[in-house]
Amino acid sequence: MSKVLMKGNEAIAEAAIQAGCRFFFGYPITPQNEIPAYMAKRLPQVGGCFVQAESEVAAINMVYGAAGAGARVMTSSSSPGISLKQEGISYIAGAELPCLIVNIVRGGPGLGGIQPAQSDYFQAVKGGGHGDYHLVVLAPSTIQETVDLVRKGFDIADQYRNPVMILGDGMLGQMMEPVEFKEAKPRRLPPKDWATTGWKGDRPRAVINSLFIDPQVLEDHVNRIYKKYEEIKANETLVECYNCEDAEIIVSAYGTTARIVRSVTEMAARKGIKIGLIRPITLWPFPAETLRSWAQRDHVKAFLTVEMSMGQMVEDVTLSIDGLKPSHFYGRTGGMVPRPADILAEIEKIRGVNL
Amino acid sequence: MNDTINAPRLVLFTGHFGSGKTEIAVNYALRSADSGHKTILVDLDIVNPFFRSSEVGAHLEANGVKLISPNFVSTAVDVPSLPAEIYSVFSDKSAKVIFDVGGDEIGARVLGQFHPYFQKEPYLMYYVINTKRPLSCTEQDILSMMQEVQRMSRLRITHLINNTNLSYETEICDIINGHVLISQISKSAEIPIAYIAGVKELLDQLPDEMDCGLFPIRIFMKPPWR
Repeated sequence: MSKVLMKGNEAIAEAAIQAGCRFFFGYPITPQNEIPAYMAKRLPQVGGCFVQAESEVAAINMVYGAAGAGARVMTSSSSPGISLKQEGISYIAGAELPCLIVNIVRGGPGLGGIQPAQSDYFQAVKGGGHGDYHLVVLAPSTIQETVDLVRKGFDIADQYRNPVMILGDGMLGQMMEPVEFKEAKPRRLPPKDWATTGWKGDRPRAVINSLFIDPQVLEDHVNRIYKKYEEIKANETLVECYNCEDAEIIVSAYGTTARIVRSVTEMAARKGIKIGLIRPITLWPFPAETLRSWAQRDHVKAFLTVEMSMGQMVEDVTLSIDGLKPSHFYGRTGGMVPRPADILAEIEKIRGVNL
Repeated sequence: MNDTINAPRLVLFTGHFGSGKTEIAVNYALRSADSGHKTILVDLDIVNPFFRSSEVGAHLEANGVKLISPNFVSTAVDVPSLPAEIYSVFSDKSAKVIFDVGGDEIGARVLGQFHPYFQKEPYLMYYVINTKRPLSCTEQDILSMMQEVQRMSRLRITHLINNTNLSYETEICDIINGHVLISQISKSAEIPIAYIAGVKELLDQLPDEMDCGLFPIRIFMKPPWR
């Protein structure tokens, strides 16, 4: 298929359909409305089902139901709406159901604003809902990568029976870029023999449940899920290292911010400053090993994390590099996007202190 | 843009969602002001939250274009509300007025309320087409959206604009392939193609014998890394 020009939100929706998603339940909120709008138009054309639910809480519980019945299912929202979905997300994680949840992040807290932000990082990677669980969190930085990660996200969800989140921001959702929907190599996935598809007496009854009254049973259940998380960490961690080979300062950023930082590496190079970029593509599992291995190199003098938030991922960067090198932070929030010149100024300041 | 002198003073840009209406409307307004017209750009886009003409407000004002934006634009208040000031453009007949209309039939719906004014004065209504957009790449899709836009706006599309592009990856063959499709649409709908729009470097590569005008544009809606 030749390239088309798409908004990030539309590309997410089309990629989901091409990955076999036939069910979408959601509730509108800016800046992700093009996802439900596109799904409403396209899903009936491919024999799928789109429901605009009465609320985010209803939508996520419809996802729970469809996922329990073995469907490839997706929902999307933006920050305040994702907060509303948290109870359902925890239930889905507890019941070990695969689904894709898209958060096109806007400024917060509260109703916040409608401009791009990354301030839902903690919510996405540290739980969000209650209980011991993790989402696999994918953070694309181009629309092409978004398309590729949507398919991967569905596959990861199915392979490990765990909810997966695409964490984008308003910029990624709203901007337009050329994309290509490539024929992807299908992953070998286990059959969904656990799904509630009707009992004909030829297998144990399928039960979708997240209630375990006996504490020992619940502990065993959680331990089993955590064993899966170790597998996910080993198999699915994704990170891009750019220009790190002889970098004096390594900047860590994800999503839209990583693209801004990438343009800063060129500006810095013109000034004779060697900057590398480490871009986590999976925010959970976090590429801690990669960061640590660069921190061990002598030529790397300091780390800087840049975010569209008040400093959330920087905590994971600091934990990963474990005191080997100083860890700095620069961020804008509330829908403000960091400017390349301001990031460069911050780098020059750090360089003055650390080199 | 030869028609800015004698053409009707009311000029509307409609099109499929994401077809490039805003870039073209902003460029059109700047050119109109540059050629000495009193120019007003009305941002009627209540569909799109980002990348809208109101974001280049300062540049427009500095270059002599007055901008009228929806209430609460670029604020946290996500309310599709239009200011009463819009009605003033119909009474002040000295100004060239360019309407940047929201995408699809949904965006065009807001035009319906101004219907009586467009009955009294001639207008140009451009329909912008990018054949590289996923839901507007077949003749059938484009024709049915054009019908919907006309029905909702209660106005008639007077001209087509070929704005086929893949953003910064556009090649000249994309524009020409788009032109072949849009020429068929022009024939079936009996609406002429006014322009091919695009950045100057690309338009310069077009063969001389194109059957319509060329509208070179400068790109204003950019992410911070470009």
